Amino acid sequence: MSLTNEYIQQRLQEKFGEQVSGFEEPYGLLSFETTKANNIKVLQFLFDDEVLRFQFLTDLCAVHYPDDKGRELAVVYHLHNLVDNIRIRFKVFAPVEQPDVYTATSLYSAANWMERETYDFYGVNFVGHPNLKRILNVDEMDYFPLRKEFPLEDQTRIDKDDEMFGRG
Amino acid sequence: MPRPVRFNVTPKQVDIHNNIAIAEMPEGSGGEGYFATSLEKVVALGRKNSLWPLPFATSCCGIEFMATMASTYDLSRFGSERLGFTPRQCDLLMVMGTISKKMGPVLRQVYLQMAEPRWVLSVGACASSGGIFDTYSVLQGIDQIIPVDVYVPGCPPRPEAILDGFMRIQELTGNESLRRRNSEHYKALLGSYGIQ
Repeated sequence: MSLTNEYIQQRLQEKFGEQVSGFEEPYGLLSFETTKANNIKVLQFLFDDEVLRFQFLTDLCAVHYPDDKGRELAVVYHLHNLVDNIRIRFKVFAPVEQPDVYTATSLYSAANWMERETYDFYGVNFVGHPNLKRILNVDEMDYFPLRKEFPLEDQTRIDKDDEMFGRG
Repeated sequence: MPRPVRFNVTPKQVDIHNNIAIAEMPEGSGGEGYFATSLEKVVALGRKNSLWPLPFATSCCGIEFMATMASTYDLSRFGSERLGFTPRQCDLLMVMGTISKKMGPVLRQVYLQMAEPRWVLSVGACASSGGIFDTYSVLQGIDQIIPVDVYVPGCPPRPEAILDGFMRIQELTGNESLRRRNSEHYKALLGSYGIQ
């Protein structure tokens, strides 16, 4: 029997019950959501299970939803089962006031870089990360530039006249 | 149909007697067997016609610079045959491309490692002003961290523009007083960048 999305969903619901929710399959990619306290348990279960075998962390990133009160920051995990060539994706949500999420570095070494990058751009505080500091931006930067409240353009510039750019 | 080169029926005679650029002689008095001028002019003549550029190329302007160095545009016509890839040997820092804020200290370090006299040519919109990258990660012009002598506009500038900028640097070097680098004005300029 090949590994199907229905089977993965069924296994997850058997194991975690109400803790996993929001299952959908956009373009055939099984996506779901779990609570942020549960993220490592889900990762570990998907890793250890003899049938599921999601043992490759493709990507880890964050999204900022400023209008979604209490769950502004989503941390997204992309996993790959290299044996059956199946990918899944799941999200955990954290409030922007206290964006603490457990680190995945104990399970995936690859998460080290990605969590540092996610911290750098979104300020997600990965609890237990061995070296959580900025990686791509300058160390002096005192904000998280990909959060939606920060405009893309450099706000310290004084030489750009808005009239010249048709937005006066 | 275009004719292959080996069937060129009107070969050009090589003229090696009348087309070699000779640097103009400085003002002075001379006669048979001697020539006298000021030391400053001789030094300026030497500096102007043997600038050693240090290419600091980070993006597409660097590609234009490669064309500038190659045979069609030929930077070595201006006495810059020798590009140095160590700042300690070079006179002219050519910054070509986007400098991110994180690279700023590196560029500054390279500038500090150059010996006086040193000049800086900022090639292209990104190096001069940040260009289209008006964003949190890009330095909005290298003149925020090091003094710049000549700016070349363009995105990217044509090799002719880079050559023009280079010739303006030559003009500066050719007319610079030997004492300029010791002057209060120059020290104040470097001081405004926090250098010494």
